[in-house]
Parts: sequence; C-alpha cells; structure tokens
Amino acid sequence: MNMIKFLDEFTTEKLISASSSRREMFNTFGSLGKKAALAAIPFGLATMPAKTFAQSSTRNPVDALQLALTLEYLEEEFYVLGLQSGVIPGGRPQTIYQKISQHESAHVDFLIAGLTGAGATPVAKPTFDFTVGGAFDPFNDNGIGQEMAYAHFLALSQAFEDTGVRAYKGQAGNLQGSPFLTAALQIHSVEARHTSEVRRLRGLKGWITRNERGEGMPEATQAVYNGEENLIQGGMDVTTLGTGSPFTVDASTEAYDEILTGDEAVAIASLFIVP
Amino acid sequence: MKKNVIKVIQPKGEKFNQRRQFLKLSGLALVGTGFLMACSNDDNISTPPDGDVFDLGAGDLGVLNYAFALEQLEADFYTKVVNGSYWAGANPIEKQLLLDLYNHEVNHRDFFSAAISVEVGSNTAAKLPTLEFDFGSINFNDRTQVLATAKVLEDTGVSAYNGAGRLLTNPDYLVIAGKIVSVEARHASAIRSIINPNSADFAGDDVVTVDTGLDLAFDPSVVIANVTATGFIVTPFTANNLP
Repeated sequence: MNMIKFLDEFTTEKLISASSSRREMFNTFGSLGKKAALAAIPFGLATMPAKTFAQSSTRNPVDALQLALTLEYLEEEFYVLGLQSGVIPGGRPQTIYQKISQHESAHVDFLIAGLTGAGATPVAKPTFDFTVGGAFDPFNDNGIGQEMAYAHFLALSQAFEDTGVRAYKGQAGNLQGSPFLTAALQIHSVEARHTSEVRRLRGLKGWITRNERGEGMPEATQAVYNGEENLIQGGMDVTTLGTGSPFTVDASTEAYDEILTGDEAVAIASLFIVP
Repeated sequence: MKKNVIKVIQPKGEKFNQRRQFLKLSGLALVGTGFLMACSNDDNISTPPDGDVFDLGAGDLGVLNYAFALEQLEADFYTKVVNGSYWAGANPIEKQLLLDLYNHEVNHRDFFSAAISVEVGSNTAAKLPTLEFDFGSINFNDRTQVLATAKVLEDTGVSAYNGAGRLLTNPDYLVIAGKIVSVEARHASAIRSIINPNSADFAGDDVVTVDTGLDLAFDPSVVIANVTATGFIVTPFTANNLP
C-alpha cells in the first residue's frame, strides 16, 4: 500500500457509501485478536472492509487508529534503531529509552491486534528515513559523530513524543463513542509521560511553554509546537480566570496541551516516510 | 484491581484518623502500589442525611464536577506545598517544577469552576461547591512526604481522566479533558523521575502495563473511593450517578 496515498485519503475524508452503517459498526462484536483479548478493552466491531467510511459522517475510528498505528510504527522503529546504534549513553538515557522503546513496541502490537479484531486490515509499516534526506544523523550512520548524533536523536525523540501526544488528542473526537476511546486515552497519557522525561533529560521543562520548541530543537521541529500558544479553553481566555502566577501566559499555555489535526500529524510524519 | 462499589460518605465536620492509617506516612509505605487503595472498613461511618450531601450529578455535568473536585484537591495540595519550607529550600529545578504544578492545577481548578458555572447557568446548586481539605499528618516541610503525595495525586488524576473520557458526550469537553490529562501525565512523570532519578519510574510498570503500553484508567467510583480513603477531603459528596 502506498502510505502517503493512504494518509492523503484519510485526511481529505472522502465519503464513500458504506457497506455497513456506523450504527451497525458498533453493535456487532467480532472475534478479538489474541493480544487484544483483554477483559477491559472490548475491541470487537462488525467485520467491514478497511477504509470504509461511514455515510454522512466524518468520524471514522478505524482511520484514527490507522493514523495512530503509523505514528507508533515510526516511534518503534526510531527507538529500535536508536538502541542498536550505540549513540545512547549508558545509565539514565539507556534506562529511559529501553522503557520507551518497550512501550512503543507494545503500542504497535496493541493497535494491530485492535484493528484486526475490529475486522480492519492494519496499515503496513512504512519505510522510514530518520535522516530526512540527510538533514539529520540520529544514529551516526553518516559519520556526524556520537555526540552530535545523540543530540539529533534526543531532539527527534522529543519531537516524536510531543507529536504523538498532540496527534492522539486530535483523534479523540473521531474515537468518541467507539470502543477504542479509552485505550487511545491510555496510550496518549503514556506518550505524555515519555515526552516529559525526554524533555527533562534534555534540560527542558516536562511541559510546553507557549509554542516554544525549546533549546536545541531544530527549526524544522517548530511545526510540532505551533498552536501550543493557545490561551482559549472552552471559549474562555484562561489568563483572565484569576490573578497571579497560575494565570500568566507561560503557566496558562503549559497547563493545556493542544491537538494536532489529522492533516497536521500526517504532515509531520510524512517528513520521515519514504513514499 | 477489584472495583470497589462504596458509597462515599463522611459525616460533616468530623475527621477520620483511622482512615489515614492507609497512608503509613512514617515509613512512606504510602500506598505501596503507587496509587490509592480503597478503604474497606467502614465500621465507624455514619450516614448523613442525604439531602445535605452534594451529588456530582450525571452525564457531562457529573464528569465536570468530578474533574473539578480532583483539581480542587490538587490545587489545595500544591498551595500548601509552595507555602511549606521544603519548597522554600528546594533546589532550583524542583522548586520551579513544583511551582509549575501549583500554577497548572490552580489554573485547571479555576477553569472548571468557570466552565461549570456556564454549564449550570442559573441552576447554581448543581455546581460542586468549594471543598474543604485536610492533609492531616502530611508534613509539607518533608520532601519525601510531599513528593510521595504528589505522585499519588498525579497518577490518580491521570487514571481519573482516562477512565472518565468515555462518559463525556460533548466532543468539546472530551478535547478539554484530553488537553488536561496529558499535562497531568507530564506532571506524574516528572514527579516520579525526581523521586527516583535515573530510573524508568517516570512510566513505571506499576502504572503502565508492560504488555500493552497502556496507562491507568479507573471509573469515577473507584477513584472517589480511593481518594476518600485518604481522608484528604473533608466535605462529603456522592457520585451516585456516575459509574
């Protein structure tokens, strides 16, 4: 499957007559995949072709999960390669990244099982280029040197994790009312734990202030942070809700993470995907 | 963890010191699993008149009041933290970190206060009132106690939002809950990291299931029972219309 074409179709939200209505989708439970056979997570849906769109609805939980899986494939591969590369120092960095890597692999497995159990064909793993055509050398494959490679690795790691948080958040609306929502929230908060620690490992705060990508983050990663300057929550400017340090622009932007739309998440991920 | 179906009841104005034995602060075996355990011994509880006790309500409003309660709890805790001598003498990173947590939770609390006021309109009796808290024997001058309690509160917040998301019907509220829960998770990660540096505790196996990579998610009744068991919340309330 052509990954970019798939992602394009997802984000333009083409509406195709569905073989089963959205209501049917949620009423019938199919068999659960082995790894998805978790008592608390009912993933079964009526068997339906992948990429079937609900009529007159822009919400498609299966497509939301396919996007999530794409991002998890990206993170999983990045961390496997990172741990193999030898650029990650021993001690705290190794401990952190072994745990993060373990989780991302688990997320891939979980989403594959969930999609399969829902009768969808999980999107295939794309071919990734973490150098972005030579702009980065996170694994020291091209001789930039261990120290600089590690700096690249750290920066990309932060970008990927912050992207993941925002992308999952952006898909919550598509998952609302589906059996997948709680699990998606449970993955989303893990990505937030990850990025908090990565940011702090890099000497930054665990949270995002205004739309600052932070020291040492390349200009190309600004797209991950645009929109984080938002102050309007639930129609209210939160800086006006009180006085003192909790209501400064800094605190008010840190206190809430912002969504990335499907388009925005795809744009970021596509930088690292070979068409 | 077994779900506890416990009515949240506490006589007004009385404190239950016997509940605080669950915290075991002296040895900091504060809820050894890292999140709150529910009280199962209610021999000494008397039921107040139902009419006097606020119920969180049902549906989206119930969830908003629920979130408001937890944010009030966190805001009150961190207010006490930044007024304590541990914080005053803490190293710069920790001091800023805890100040940020105070800032964020107060902002969250006041956000929910404003949002719920909009939601209930003239029916102001449906909005959760300002709760009274009592952190009892927690010594805000003691780093270990402060961080251990912060860890529990943040992990609880994550589990609560993750478990409540499915109960929301308004998509705007779901997004707001999403915007907040990831910040609580950033908090939890940071607190766990400074408690046990150089470890994987930021996303430890006690909160993130290794096989699936999933974080905690509990129903409101579970979270409320757990929080009630700490004795931190003096003002009684019920959640009879939430799972």
